[in-house]
Amino acid sequence: MNFKTAKRHVKESFTTMSRNRWMSFASISAVTVTLLLVGVFLVIMLNLNKVASDIENDVEIKVLIDLGVNETTELKLQQQIENMPDVESVIYSSKKQELVKVQKDFGKDFELTQQENPLKNILYVKAADPKKTEAVAKSIEKLEGASEVKYGKGKIEKLFSFVDTGRNAGIVLIIALLLMATFLISNTIKITITARKTEIEIMKLVGATNSFVRTPFILEGMWLGVIGAIFPIGIITALYSSIHSALEPKLTGEIAQLLDVMPFILQVDALLLLMGVLIGVIGSFLSVRKFLKV
Amino acid sequence: MIEMKNVVKKYPNGVAAVKGLNIEIKQGEFVYIVGPSGAGKSTFIKMMYREEQATSGEIKVDGTNITALKSKEIPYLRRTMGVVFQDFKLLPRKNVFENVAFALEVIEQDKEDIRKRVMEVLKLVGLQKKARMFPDELSGGEQQRVAIARSIVNKPKVVIADEPTGNLDPETSWDIMRLFDEINSGGTTIIMATHNREIVNTMRKRVIAIENGQIVRDERGGDYGYEF
Repeated sequence: MNFKTAKRHVKESFTTMSRNRWMSFASISAVTVTLLLVGVFLVIMLNLNKVASDIENDVEIKVLIDLGVNETTELKLQQQIENMPDVESVIYSSKKQELVKVQKDFGKDFELTQQENPLKNILYVKAADPKKTEAVAKSIEKLEGASEVKYGKGKIEKLFSFVDTGRNAGIVLIIALLLMATFLISNTIKITITARKTEIEIMKLVGATNSFVRTPFILEGMWLGVIGAIFPIGIITALYSSIHSALEPKLTGEIAQLLDVMPFILQVDALLLLMGVLIGVIGSFLSVRKFLKV
Repeated sequence: MIEMKNVVKKYPNGVAAVKGLNIEIKQGEFVYIVGPSGAGKSTFIKMMYREEQATSGEIKVDGTNITALKSKEIPYLRRTMGVVFQDFKLLPRKNVFENVAFALEVIEQDKEDIRKRVMEVLKLVGLQKKARMFPDELSGGEQQRVAIARSIVNKPKVVIADEPTGNLDPETSWDIMRLFDEINSGGTTIIMATHNREIVNTMRKRVIAIENGQIVRDERGGDYGYEF
């Protein structure tokens, strides 16, 4: 295809788009609504995933040491844990330090201060891979001196199953919306084409190739998709930036953080644009196909 | 130029429109295809430019077996032939010049070459003064001239015409026939399906009669042979 032909195709695609103004508008709106929802959903899901994995990465195993064991056994226990292949770090915290923590959490007048310290010495263990947490915890349980081994069992699973359910429901919704938008574009193009059936027939009879006939329609679909993507991209970029800057100060120091605006939002934008283009191209491709059989 | 061997065309509904055609048409010939309605003339003609594909048999155009062409190759077959229809098939929103130029634009020719060549053929069909007019401002005969101009603008070896005078009055029909004769005298093969007895009997050419999907007569300088 030479430059002149390409120019002709582009011009042709814009002409028909403005000729069917209302159908074009309807298609663009459908793409806009779809991509807006897809975008919001993407931003929420990806951030939930990030939060979940932040929390997951922070999972610690709390090894409560038997009150009855002496320091040598405690040290031996610590070394045994440190030597495990999947363990990243082990931090010792005496019961005095634990008491200070409790007091900090519940206030100075916490009644435990009046009594003998009932807490145990604790080892905080972190697995190298959060997924191995459970296995590590189980092997620690068998060691001498470990009276109780605790980790965030259940909580994490709950969070992940919540994220999963949300994601699945969202994916179904998005696929339905994408199909609807594709269908609407395909219908717009069909109207464009039906009005030009004779023209296509003549084109084919004088020896135009299928791609020559098809290209302007594919371009038209692509423009509809691209124009439909502009608004969602703008809205989502602006919205996420402002939400992020509003929430960020409140989250400093917390385990879970939102995804940074850059490059995250650019990736989402690129994905939305790509979806717009695909919806348009696939939509028009589907409706042109039938008309090429001359 | 055109060769058919045992060509059969069955439509999906089971109707056999063409039942074993054998024919040879040489470069530069002028051939009438006659026969009653529904005899298979249109199918015969459509198979030559591959609007219809033969169910079996072999059709050769200029040495190429076109029954084996992939759909991608069909456009290049059609660039070697011109097609004219009873209903002209002009684009109402394009003027005479644009309608003819269209055939060259879609095969991506250079703009200046297109302009020259279009004016040349418009002069040949006698419409160079009406180049800026639109189809609905022209008479039926003039519209058919535009269609003929479009069919020959890319210098095809063969022009296939499906009842080109079917919508025209007798006098205009003769003008159109003279134009075809002139094109033929330049060496272009003409294959024309027609119901016009007077023309076939007066402008004597090779006549191929098709009845019930088969060739029943193939005669040089033959007459129309039907009463209607």
